[in-house]
Formats: sequence, structure tokens, C-alpha cells
Amino acid sequence: MATQLRTGLNPARVRELVPIELLREVPDVLPPVLAPVAVDAHAVRRRFGERAVLDGVDLQVRAGEFVAILGRSGTGKSTLLRILGGLDREFSGDVDVPDARSFVFQEPRLLPWKRVIDNVRLGLPRSTGRGAAAAALDEVGLDEHHRAWPKTLSGGEAQRAALARALVREPDLLLLDEPFGALDALTRIRMHVLLQELCRRHRPAVLLVTHDVDEAILLADRIVVLDAGRITLDVVVALDAPRLRGDHAFGALRSRLLAALGIDEVAEGNRA
Amino acid sequence: MPRLPQQSTAATFRVPPWTRRLIGPAWLLGLWIVLSRTGVISEKMLAPPGKVWSAFTDLVSTGELQHHLWVSLHRVATGLAIGITIGVVLAVLAGLFRIGEDIIDGPMQILRSLPVLALVPLMIFWLGIGEEPKIALVSLGVTFPIYINTFAAIRSVDAGLVESTTTFGLRRPALVRHVVLPGSLPGFFTGLRFAFAVSWLVLVVAEQVNATSGIGYLMMTAREFQRTDIMLVGLLVYGALGFLSDLLVRLLERSALQWRRSFAPV
Repeated sequence: MATQLRTGLNPARVRELVPIELLREVPDVLPPVLAPVAVDAHAVRRRFGERAVLDGVDLQVRAGEFVAILGRSGTGKSTLLRILGGLDREFSGDVDVPDARSFVFQEPRLLPWKRVIDNVRLGLPRSTGRGAAAAALDEVGLDEHHRAWPKTLSGGEAQRAALARALVREPDLLLLDEPFGALDALTRIRMHVLLQELCRRHRPAVLLVTHDVDEAILLADRIVVLDAGRITLDVVVALDAPRLRGDHAFGALRSRLLAALGIDEVAEGNRA
Repeated sequence: MPRLPQQSTAATFRVPPWTRRLIGPAWLLGLWIVLSRTGVISEKMLAPPGKVWSAFTDLVSTGELQHHLWVSLHRVATGLAIGITIGVVLAVLAGLFRIGEDIIDGPMQILRSLPVLALVPLMIFWLGIGEEPKIALVSLGVTFPIYINTFAAIRSVDAGLVESTTTFGLRRPALVRHVVLPGSLPGFFTGLRFAFAVSWLVLVVAEQVNATSGIGYLMMTAREFQRTDIMLVGLLVYGALGFLSDLLVRLLERSALQWRRSFAPV
């Protein structure tokens, strides 16, 4: 069984050479030579006992590209993300990912016994860590809460802190596992805006696991649909900003994605 | 339409919280006085509060009480220090290393079901009747609650926190320092409170067998002279010590675990 997770690619270098704006305009099929690849996963398989949760997944993500992974529950979205993040090593296949990776989970997972700023600077060099952490917290709008205990934060604030903790490491790959799943609808909209701003500024490659189709269309450059352990759909989101849920093109893409997820909107609508 | 009453803050008379703590002891004392005065309790069986107070002042003026108190405190402090150290070291070894668990946890689980006080004869046989058996008994009694609670706490540290911390490139020693040990601190404190309670319990018994000093010794000699007033002084001293040591643990806990949001009773 060929199991390897290779790291060390430096997309930041490539990013300097290839303007990201160019990459945004590329068509569905990109000539591989042009692409500065941040994530290169080939024939990834993962079994839990008898069940093959991932059954031969191929996925390339370019530097600075925002890819959303959609799928019903149990289709291996999170497993794929955990493999790419190096949290799950019991897979087969070849995976190349950058060294600098950050993970944000559905729960903030802040250490409750460390103040917010100490959570953010955990693992950073002592000399530069504090300043960088403070700047990151300011950037996500938590300038008032540097010294707060995590348990005193609201759900949205805690998730902002988790985002700051992920971004302060200047990751080349940002892995988001349903990061807004536990937030209320209004907070989620705010977080979408914040995430878009942060991604524009830091330009990491982003992999977002979600089961919210609208969220995927709003945020992603490209959406892949995972079903029964395989990628069944891979589309570039060719919508101009601002992306509005009411737009015709938005609705058309939503229908297409929902169909890929096994939901017939018309039938569901009639039933309701 | 009826209007709901609001909670009034201005009109009600607020007593300071510490005075409310005294309500319980105060009415017990009152009951004791009344029952002694009316003769329901004979003076021979239980000395009235006044006699207990005078016995207390006598013992203090001769310096006898201070001497015995110091001896008892010294025994408990030494026993606690040794027991806590052993308990924590064993719990960390068993908690962090699989091999440590295999070697340590089994024997500890068997030994902890043994009543410590049943070891008194053996301790006296091994260590004589000096300070050693008393300190050894306290240490033993303390080791188990500390070990059990700390070990369980280390093992129940949230795996999600450990995982997310590893994604930030922390190696195992840093992980232990920043995640595992702070995460198991609440469990350690639970053990510490048990340990303090156990330490006094063990000391009482240890000091009443073959001792020549200590609060327990003071009470045993009082029994020979049927001095219930002195026995009660000893009891009250034990009670006060237990109360103060619990207060100490709670203060330590509050400063060490200030990150916890706790329930505030009305």
C-alpha cells in the first residue's frame, strides 16, 4: 500500500511568478503546466473496516484557489480534509500538500485555560509571536478580547479567534471543516464576509468542507461534489462579485449542485 | 393586565454573605447551651460550652495546645507533601505512557480498595511508634485520591483539543505542557480536596495509637480523666483545621482555575 504525505511545496514562490488574477480566469480544464499546484492528491483511498469512505479521489488545488467540498453526510468530506491536513495517515494514494497548513474545525477548539491571545500565539516563536497574534486578532475584529478567557466569548467570537489562530501562521493551505456549521444565520453571513476579506489578503489555498450549497457558491472559486467516496462533480464558479442568492446564474448553479447531491428541487418544493 | 413584579434591589436589607455562613454554627451552639442549661445533656457526658471555652484558654495559656497543634500540623503537612508528590508522579507516568499505565495502574487500582487504616498495625511493626508511621499513613492515604483523580483527568483531556494543537506543530513535550497538564488540573484539585479530608482522618486515628504528642494524643489522655471538655477542644480544633484546609484548597483552586466559568448560586 503506497501511503505517503509529501510536504514542502512552496506555492508562495509560484504565486509571485503567476499573478493570481490570471488563475481566476482560467477555464474548466486548466493546462497542468500553468498551474502552481498547492494540493495534489492522487488515488486517495481510506477504509474504515469494510467500508471504503474514500474510494479513489483525485484532487488538485492551485495556490490561492478557494475550493469548496460538498457532499451528503458520511460521504468522506471530512475524512478527505483530515488526510490533506495530515491528521489521518491511514490512507493509500499520493498526497502532496504544503508544509504550512492550518486547520479550523466546526468547534473553535480553543484551549480554555489560555487567554485568547495566548491561544493564537501557541506554537509561534516567542519573539514575534505576541505581536503577530495581536495583529491577527485585530484583523478578525477581536481587538477588545485579547485578554479574554475563551469561555467568555460568543460562538462567533470564538470562531473568529480560531480563524486568527489559523491565519497567524501564514498558511499556504487553509483547511476549514464546516467552520460555520454551529453558528446562527446572521453570524454566519458576517463570517462569510470576514473569510472572503482574509482570503483576499492572505491568499492561501482554501479547502472548505460544507453541506451548505449557498455557502459554497458564495465563497468558492471551484466546487467539488463528493459522493460515495468519489468526486462526482467538479465545477468552476463563474459568477461575478457580488454573488447574490437571487441571481439567475446563482440559482441555476444551486440546482445543478443540489441535483448532484441527489435532491430534486422541484419534487421537494411540491412536497413542501 | 397584571404586571409582573420586578426584582427590587433597593428596598431589601442585604446582609454580608459571610454572616450568613455563621447561621448554621450559631443555632447549633444555641441548642447546645439550652440543652446543657436545662439538664437534658448531663455535664458528665458532654461539657457545656462555658467549660469547653475555659479548658481551651487553659490549654492555650500553658502552651500545651500550641505544642500538640504544631506536632499534628507538621505530620499532616509532611504526609501531604509526600503523598501528593507520589500521587502526581505516578498519575503522570501512567497517564502519559502506555507502559506506565500497564505497570502502575493495575497495582494502584488494587491497593486503593484497601482501607489505609487497616495498615496501622503493620506500619507500627515496620516503623515503630515515632513520627514515621504517622507520616507514612497520611502519605499513603493521600496518594490514592490524588493518583485516581489526576490519572482519570489526564485520560479524559479532550482529544479534539490535543488534535487541533498538534496541527500547530507542537511536539509532544509542548503538548503535555500546554494541553494535557492544564487540562487535568481540575481533576487534580478534586483529588486534592479528597486528599486533605483523608489526611486529617488518617491523622486522628494514627495519633490515638501509640502517640506521645499531637491533638489525638491530647484527646486520648483526656479520656482517661473523663475530661469531655478537653475532648471537645480537640474535636473543635480538628474541625477548624479541616475547615481551614478546605478553604485553602478552594482558594488555590480559584486562582488556578479562574478560566472556568462556574455556576453562581443565588
